[in-house]
Amino acid sequence: MQANQNRAWLGVLPVVLIVAFSGVIPLMTVVNFSVQDVLDVNTRFFVGFDWYREILRDQRLLDALGRQLLFSATVLAIEIPLGIAVARAMPREPKGRGWGAAALLVLLALPLLVPWNVVGTIWQVYARPDIGLLGHGINALGIHYNFSQVSSHAWITLILMDVWHWPSLIALLAFSGLTSIPNQHYQAAELDGASRWQVFRFVEMPRLRSVLIIGVLLRLMDSLMIYTEPFVLTGGGPGTSTTLLSQYLATMAVGQFDVGPAAAFSVLYFLLILLLCWLFYTAVVKRDLEQDFARQGERAAHE
Amino acid sequence: MNSLSKPSAVARLTLWAYCLYLILPLYWLLTMALRSNQDILGSFTWWPTSFTLVNFAEVFTNPVWRDGLINSLTYVVLNTGISILVAVPAAYVFSRFRFLGDKQLFFWLLTNRMAPPAVFLLPFFQLYSAVGLFDTPLAVALAHCLFTVPLAVWILEGFMASVPKEIDEMAALDGHSFGVFFFRIFLPLNRAAIGVTLFFCFMFSWVELLLARTLTASAAKPIAVVMTRTISASGVDWGLLAAAGVVTLIPGIVVVWFVRKHLVRGFAMGRV
Repeated sequence: MQANQNRAWLGVLPVVLIVAFSGVIPLMTVVNFSVQDVLDVNTRFFVGFDWYREILRDQRLLDALGRQLLFSATVLAIEIPLGIAVARAMPREPKGRGWGAAALLVLLALPLLVPWNVVGTIWQVYARPDIGLLGHGINALGIHYNFSQVSSHAWITLILMDVWHWPSLIALLAFSGLTSIPNQHYQAAELDGASRWQVFRFVEMPRLRSVLIIGVLLRLMDSLMIYTEPFVLTGGGPGTSTTLLSQYLATMAVGQFDVGPAAAFSVLYFLLILLLCWLFYTAVVKRDLEQDFARQGERAAHE
Repeated sequence: MNSLSKPSAVARLTLWAYCLYLILPLYWLLTMALRSNQDILGSFTWWPTSFTLVNFAEVFTNPVWRDGLINSLTYVVLNTGISILVAVPAAYVFSRFRFLGDKQLFFWLLTNRMAPPAVFLLPFFQLYSAVGLFDTPLAVALAHCLFTVPLAVWILEGFMASVPKEIDEMAALDGHSFGVFFFRIFLPLNRAAIGVTLFFCFMFSWVELLLARTLTASAAKPIAVVMTRTISASGVDWGLLAAAGVVTLIPGIVVVWFVRKHLVRGFAMGRV
């Protein structure tokens, strides 16, 4: 066992080293900045939690936080059901072997492989009222639409863009979960006279659970970190109406070079994402454990 | 096949509508790429009336674009290689051994995936300048390891844990050395897993730009950053921008086409 343990650590060592280099050292630098006032290379003061206090009183940051939470909640609420619905409608074996099915897979995966600034570019070109198909189309219907001038239009465009970009991830994950369900399960459900909804709830959902946890976690993290797409599409505007957390942070760190507050903001930002992912994970896993216990109790009662 | 596993009419309609929703912006990008700027700005048409390949000719002949594409592919391939190389042994260890702090270590790895790239803008710039890697594809590849390595370990561990441990023991009983077992037996069993992992490493490294832009200046500029060239004081060169956008779609299409079978089968096998 001792030999196993030593070899075990040897196996994880490369990962630890590489993540230490690209993750831990930079994070320590950020933490270091967040408690110091750096005047120049040689003059710096320890300021404790002053920067943290300052940014927590920053109204623009709190506004960006509100927008960020609204954005993430909205896109998750749309993308997860949509992804599952798309996955359920995709042709499965043996029908899913032909050219059509392969083309469908490629089309679904394509938005995931578009560089994020190109996603912004595609939607800018598509939604502009003067040269865009969508923008021109909406205006042709008699609705005055201009996402670079009206805040609500900018928001809708941003959501539409994200709903173009990401449901495929959920759909692909859910589809792979669905293909692992043996056909006998459906036949059994049919014999029992189950409705479509019951099949979804009691046959498909249990199989989808683990892939969906991954999918939701990835979407949650990535939606909270979004930067490039809104930066290209709206530039955070009009005004600051679509400025989300990452963009506000980038303006602070690179634009204004407020290193101390930006570092304190970074630390809290990271902790916020960690907290939300942890809350989601424990909520789902804990509820599952409770259900397991309940089922075991029932079984014990039957016996 | 029976009636319950077949999608309903509403479900099929959703799928078709969604596909249309996916295609329309891409269709528009392609038509823009095939039109000249005067044509784009002059009059609005639903489909292109005149075709020109000027924009594509510019992208394929001007060395700036070619270099950008090569730079991008270099760091993506480097990143994918490094990620797989370090993640495979780690995932094997996590799936096979219980050791002191294994769960904590695994969780700590995942937390790195949750760090927003914007947080690392300043320290990365300093760190990579300090070690002399600034403006090289290697810098971007290493920076992208921040999110690709944890993801690769996460996916691979799920798959490898579903391969029964008895296989390891049987191979040892048959007198195979660990090396032979690992490379001849174990890795081929996890082919689909490696395919899926490759896809995800490629995907997240290829699409990320905030770090790629920050860590490069001129020599290692990725193609997506070269696209800012089309925006000048005299306005945006929409046709050229669209043509470059179309070109950045091609590597993605090629990769999906090759891993499309693994993509579905692979996920279904692992508990991920």
